[in-house]
Amino acid sequence: MDIRSSEPDLRALMISGLDGDSAAHRALLERLSGQLRAYFKGQLNRVGRGPVEAEDLVQEALIAIHTRRHTYDRAQLFTPWVYGIARYKFLDYLRRTKVSAADVPIDEAQDLAVQDDSAQVESSLDLKRLLAELSPKARQAIQYVKLDGLSVSEAAARSGMSESAVKVSVHRGLKALARLIGEEKPL
Amino acid sequence: MKTDQLIDMLSTNVEPVQQGRVRKTLVGALVVGGAAAFCLMLTTVGLRTGVTDGFLPGYLTLKLLFTLSLIGVGAALLERLMRPGQDGRKLFAFLFLPFFIVVCAGVASLVFGQPMAWGRMMFGMHWATCLLCIPLFAVVPFAALIWALRKGAPTNLRQAGAIAGLVAGALGATAYAFHCPDDSVPFIAIWYGTLVAFCGVIGAILGPRLLRW
Repeated sequence: MDIRSSEPDLRALMISGLDGDSAAHRALLERLSGQLRAYFKGQLNRVGRGPVEAEDLVQEALIAIHTRRHTYDRAQLFTPWVYGIARYKFLDYLRRTKVSAADVPIDEAQDLAVQDDSAQVESSLDLKRLLAELSPKARQAIQYVKLDGLSVSEAAARSGMSESAVKVSVHRGLKALARLIGEEKPL
Repeated sequence: MKTDQLIDMLSTNVEPVQQGRVRKTLVGALVVGGAAAFCLMLTTVGLRTGVTDGFLPGYLTLKLLFTLSLIGVGAALLERLMRPGQDGRKLFAFLFLPFFIVVCAGVASLVFGQPMAWGRMMFGMHWATCLLCIPLFAVVPFAALIWALRKGAPTNLRQAGAIAGLVAGALGATAYAFHCPDDSVPFIAIWYGTLVAFCGVIGAILGPRLLRW
C-alpha cells in the first residue's frame, strides 16, 4: 500500500474516531496494526532482533495511539503523528533493552506504509494477568466498559462510581496497561 | 493476548475527544505555575517600590519584555513538542533571539557606560537574591509544565524537558522582576539570561526521566 493513498483514509477514520465513532476507530486500529506490525518487524530486523517482540510493540503502540489520540491536531497530517508514536515506542523499547539508538539505521515515515496482517498473532502477554495488576477501580472500569461493552452510565451505576470517575479510571487503566506491556517484556 | 482482542477492547465505547485539550492543559499549567511563582515572590521578597501605585518602572518593563517573549515562544514550542510528528525547529531560532538581543544591549550599555560603573551595572546590589530567587520561583512552574507535558505525548524528552525548564525559569524571572531593584541592562543579560538558561539545562537533564511514557 502506498502511503499517499492511505493518508486521507486513515485521517478520515481518525477524525471520526475522535468524534466518538467506534466503528471508525476500530477500522483505524485494525489498519494501523498491520502497518505497525510490518514497521516493528522491519525495525527489529535492522537491529538484529527477532520478530517475537514485534507484537508486544504493536500492542503497546496501539494503546498509546488510543490513550493519546487527543494530541493529534486535526489540521495536520495523520501519518507523521502515528509514525512519531511508533518511532518513540521503538526507541523506548531499545532504551529499555539497552541497544543504543545510534545502532538504528535511519528510517522514514514511508516505512510505516507496508501492511502485515499475520492474523491472530499473540503477544507474549496475558490480558487477564495484566488486568490483575491494575488497581481494582481501573480493572473494574475496564472490565465493564471495554470488555463487557456496558455504557459509561451503566458501568457507573453498577460500580457505584460517578460517570466521570469511570471515564478517568478507564483512561488511567489503559495507560497503566501500556506501561505494564512495556515492563513485562520477556527478554 | 491477541492483538484483535486488544483492538476490540480499545474500540468499545469510544468516547468523543474534546478539541484543544492539549492547549488547555498547557495554558492551565502556565497560569497555575505563574500564579504560584508570583505568590511566592509576594510572600518572600515582596514587590519593589513603585509597582504598587500602578506605575511600571522602565527597567521592569524591559525585564518583562525579555521573560514574556521567552514564555510566549517557549509555550508555542511546548505545544508542538506535546504532539508527535510536529516539528518546532523554526521556533527554536526565536527562542535564541531574546537572549541575543539582551546580551547585545548589555554589552552596548557597558561600552557606552562609565568603566567605573561596570561592577555596579553587572552585579547590581542584589545579585545573590536574584541567583537564589529565580530558580526557587521556577520550581512550581516546572512541576506544572511537566504535569502538562505528561498529559501530551512528547517524543523528544530531552528537548521537551529543556523547554519546560526554560519556560519555568522565565516564569520565575517574571515573578522576580516585580521585586528586583537592580536596574541595568547588563544585570538583566547576566543574571536573568544565565539563570533562565540554567533552568533549561536542569530541565534537559530531568526531562528523559520525568517524561517517559
